[in-house]
Amino acid sequence: MFERPVEDTAKLKKIANQLRKDVVKMTYLAGSGHPGGSLSAADMMAVLFFYKMKLDPKNPKWEGRDYFILSKGHICPVYYSALCRVGFFPEDELWTLRKFGSRLQGHPASSKMQEIEVSTGSLGQGLSVANGIALGLKLDGKPNRVYCMLGDGELQEGQVWEAIMTAAHYKLDNVCAIVDYNNLQIDGFVEDVMGIAPLADKWRAFNWEVIEIDGHDIDQIKKALDEAENIKGKPTVIIAHTVKGKGVSFMENEAGWHGKAPSKEEYEKAMAELEAQDV
Amino acid sequence: MPIKRREVEMKPTRYGYGEALVELGASDPNVVVLDADLSKSTMTKLFAEKYPERFFDMGIAEQDMLGTAAGLAIEGKIPFVSTYGVFVAGRAWDQIRTTICYSNLNVKIGGAHGGISVGPDGATHQALEEIATMRCIPNMTVIVPADAIETKKATLAAARMHGPVYLRFGRAPTPIFTKEDDEFVVGKARVLRDGTDVVIYGAGPLLYEALLAAEALEEDKGLSVAVINVHTVKPIDVDTIVEYAKKCGAAVTVEEHQVMGGFGSAVAEVIVQNHPIPMEFVGVQDRFGESGKPEELLPAFGLDAETIYDKVLKVLERKGN
Repeated sequence: MFERPVEDTAKLKKIANQLRKDVVKMTYLAGSGHPGGSLSAADMMAVLFFYKMKLDPKNPKWEGRDYFILSKGHICPVYYSALCRVGFFPEDELWTLRKFGSRLQGHPASSKMQEIEVSTGSLGQGLSVANGIALGLKLDGKPNRVYCMLGDGELQEGQVWEAIMTAAHYKLDNVCAIVDYNNLQIDGFVEDVMGIAPLADKWRAFNWEVIEIDGHDIDQIKKALDEAENIKGKPTVIIAHTVKGKGVSFMENEAGWHGKAPSKEEYEKAMAELEAQDV
Repeated sequence: MPIKRREVEMKPTRYGYGEALVELGASDPNVVVLDADLSKSTMTKLFAEKYPERFFDMGIAEQDMLGTAAGLAIEGKIPFVSTYGVFVAGRAWDQIRTTICYSNLNVKIGGAHGGISVGPDGATHQALEEIATMRCIPNMTVIVPADAIETKKATLAAARMHGPVYLRFGRAPTPIFTKEDDEFVVGKARVLRDGTDVVIYGAGPLLYEALLAAEALEEDKGLSVAVINVHTVKPIDVDTIVEYAKKCGAAVTVEEHQVMGGFGSAVAEVIVQNHPIPMEFVGVQDRFGESGKPEELLPAFGLDAETIYDKVLKVLERKGN
């Protein structure tokens, strides 16, 4: 539906809104799933998949592709939506999310979908995988980049910090981590459950380049991803301040919408709101 | 019960792993090796010295190491990750299950220091549960080689096949009793000794003790004892196991591992579903290891030819001989 790469901010906004509508419809039809974190990440996913990443919708295993690892695997509705909308598969398949026999498993399964690099869902494991791909690319002298989307609550997993050490130690400047910093996790506010602040300082202390942005500002996202590409000798993390449930008024900043599907009434209300936001 | 012990060449199985990795380094530029600060113990240092650009020390961070290996496999490399079995198959179990096996990635895992014969380091470092924890994961192949020669062949074979493989080896020197020209096929058990009265199925260096017990039983009791090397615990060689269950009518399994869920359990799963016969299990009986010399620990934990000898007599009583 769009000629990639999409440079135009308004178009990218429109795409992000489409991803949001997909997320709401998918989780409504599935009767379960994770809308909150999917909605907070939608703008970044739109920019990554339609503006930044090199990929070939006709060949998921294209050698020249940039790699994307969804470490916070539970927000796969927005991932599936992005894969669908760039042209990997038709829209109808989106509505099979979480259903028996579907490729669209409740958490991303690379054994079912070759568009997915690795299965995720058990938190904290994706950045290590991204590093491994990046090390392999460096060994082969390839220019491809590796993007890894993490949740903020996920950063409580110790393995993430092991991986943060590894990326800096091996100077993996082809790795770009993105933290969807929406401040909420299942049990409540991240800072109440198990605080991760001061987050930027922590990554900096681990020898990463840190770029902090508003994760809903398309231009800031574009600029951060472009900047990250030019930082050499160390990996970059984009700490994106976001709103969980962004775009649907009653889902915004509500921990309860982490892993809950909308009812019919809520679905209709959410879709109406998102339609109204279409540019 | 006169078990006759002779002079035999001894070598730790982990040396076979290290030597195979060096060969692989020369023959396949895609082979990469990762270790978690134990390269001198796992013998990956041999590869590291020769191919430093393809060796990655990941520090004391096993979970991250397994994930990194997964990424390297996605990028087309053939990563061999190595550390002690307790750490890799225990601490990084979820990484092996979800990241590697669920994605069916081509990661080879070298689990060193398997068994009680690790010795003085004690229970924390003696892997006694990893056959069980590795074999229950879909897509995983589990190989427990009998000696250093077979470990080398198993490592080379692991590199040639696609998919996750767990290789188990030990710390202490153990007898060399397979030959360089013995055929090694993943998933195919080898008959070390034919027999008709009772069969001993084994995996790992303890098979040498099984052979000693079989010899003594023949000499003392005139028994015809088969000994089968089931080096591939998964996928297990159902045909050979059933063939010998039918032929012998009584079986003993031998492993340097917990009896619960381990190699003996894997053999029992085959036998009860195909040809139920009386079985006895030689292995660690639901307890942790402890410090000591290997030659003190093995008999103390019932992992020797003497115990195997007794278990054979016991199972034959149940068979009705």
